[in-house]
Amino acid sequence: MARELMKGNEAVAEAAVRAGLAAYFGYPITPQTESLEYLSRRMPELGRAFVQAESEVAAINMVYGAACTGHRVMTSSSGPGISLMQEGLSFIAGTELPMVLIDVQRGGPGLGNIAPSQADYNQIVKGGGHGDYHPIVLAPASVQESVDLTVLAFDLAEKYRSIVVVLSDGSIGQMMEPCELPPMQPLKTSFPDWAVSGAKGRERRFLTSINLNPAMQEEMNLRLMYRWQEVEANEVRYKEYYMDDAKFAVVGFGSTGRVALSAVRAARAEGIPVGLIRPITVSPFPSKILEELSKRVEGMLVLEMNAGQMLEDVLIATHGQVPVEFYGRMGGVCVLPEEALREIKRLVKGPLTTTGHPRDRWLNRIAKKN
Amino acid sequence: MTINELDSMVYTRPDSLTEVSTHYCPGCTHGTAHRLIAEVIDEMGLKDRTIGVASVGCSVFAYNYFDTDFVQAPHGRAPAMATGVKRVYPDRMVFTYQGDGDLASIGMAEIVHAAARGENITVFFLNNTNYGMTGGQMAPTTLPGQVTTSSPNGRDVETQGYPIRTAEMLAKLDGASYVVRRSLHDPKNIRLAKKAIRTAIEVQMRGLGFSLVELLSICPTNWGKTPAEALQWLEEKMVTYYPIGDYKVHPAVAEMK
Repeated sequence: MARELMKGNEAVAEAAVRAGLAAYFGYPITPQTESLEYLSRRMPELGRAFVQAESEVAAINMVYGAACTGHRVMTSSSGPGISLMQEGLSFIAGTELPMVLIDVQRGGPGLGNIAPSQADYNQIVKGGGHGDYHPIVLAPASVQESVDLTVLAFDLAEKYRSIVVVLSDGSIGQMMEPCELPPMQPLKTSFPDWAVSGAKGRERRFLTSINLNPAMQEEMNLRLMYRWQEVEANEVRYKEYYMDDAKFAVVGFGSTGRVALSAVRAARAEGIPVGLIRPITVSPFPSKILEELSKRVEGMLVLEMNAGQMLEDVLIATHGQVPVEFYGRMGGVCVLPEEALREIKRLVKGPLTTTGHPRDRWLNRIAKKN
Repeated sequence: MTINELDSMVYTRPDSLTEVSTHYCPGCTHGTAHRLIAEVIDEMGLKDRTIGVASVGCSVFAYNYFDTDFVQAPHGRAPAMATGVKRVYPDRMVFTYQGDGDLASIGMAEIVHAAARGENITVFFLNNTNYGMTGGQMAPTTLPGQVTTSSPNGRDVETQGYPIRTAEMLAKLDGASYVVRRSLHDPKNIRLAKKAIRTAIEVQMRGLGFSLVELLSICPTNWGKTPAEALQWLEEKMVTYYPIGDYKVHPAVAEMK
């Protein structure tokens, strides 16, 4: 199929349509609004459901209702809107329903701004709603990857009866790039045996997240956790670049991972033996890969557009076996390739340590500079 | 009517209700409302095309009592969830069953916008002037001066505001097709309530848009009254503040009859 030049948010929307999206519910918020606008034209054209909801609270609950029917459903939003959706997301997790959420992150906290950020890592990856649950979280670094991961998101959501989040950011959502769209899949015509549809010729079904019996609720909790172990065993995805002979490793996800790749290439051109690990699934996190890596590299550098949220997962995975350094930009400021290269050189130069916290060293460097 | 026919006319449980005892308190009108809705679903032959949406409050377990497909919404979000179900299955009968704390307080945005969109769903709104499940706190519908566990000196409108007349308010919206208030305090009103429930569901099945029946209800346990006293209080106090009536009947609905 031919490649088309598309804006990230529109490409994701069309990818969802082609993945068999039956119903979309959303609310305008920059920098994801183009998905909503695109689908407001595209879904009715195909005779599929589209509603611009009165709020993100309503949008996620419309998704909840439609997800109860087993159809492919999705919403998209950004920071403040995602915060409003946490109640609904927890209920959806508690009802074990498949759904896809596109989070185009922006600067925060609060109203923040509309520039790219990765500061919602903890909120999304750690499951910002109440109760014990894990969403599957996919982090694209390009428009093409956003398209591919959106299609994958629907498949994983159904396979594990799970929330799947495509954790993007304002730069990927707003940027135009050539991409190849997937083939058009037909809408589903058969639905799982838990889905409601009207009890025609069968026992009635009901879907709820309430369970007043703590022992039975615990059984449900355990079921979710065992299912999560399956996800951890089967669905970890990451990309590695220049790692074969690398003595140092950079770890970055999403658009920061992409910036890091430019810096790694520049470092390689200067003969620095550095490689890159870019987690595609930030949940489940590629912990085993990083643990293995921690035994063979001399140091790691974590790059993020936040104050070191994924950093904590890297530290848990490597548990002090390797020195880790951190560099981040916040508030909607992107890490630039030359900054990343500078940090790689700092890492290589040392001194390296496994004591203290990389975040403190990073903050101290900034404080000293000012 | 022959003797044989009379012999077969017994008071039976509607097919659309499951054969279990409810968790509702003795004398509570939730049972009455459930039965009326189930009877109408039976009479209209909709049992296998119905998807109900339960809310948060005493009726959170409504799905245990209706023998139809059901989902259960977060607090106040039933109209949004019903929207999601209905947009995917436009030919099913989708209804929400909500109390006054759920619908008129935390869920006010969802109900207003579902009505404004003319969402083709039916809402049964049980108004018993308090939060029943959490033990009788003040609701947006609590009457001025009414004592509840969170208005121990009686609702003071100066500091706690005025009750909301939901049916009247939603009737102002162009998207609402059928909005009425009925009461469950005596047999005559119960029969009128059933008629309104039937009309509301007919409105939906004919694709005429948003329908809502507010049902004035009692909460003997939290009101600290016997069921008989509670019914009397409803008739004397609630009907005065919340008049029974048709607040919106779209011309297309009026023609329907």
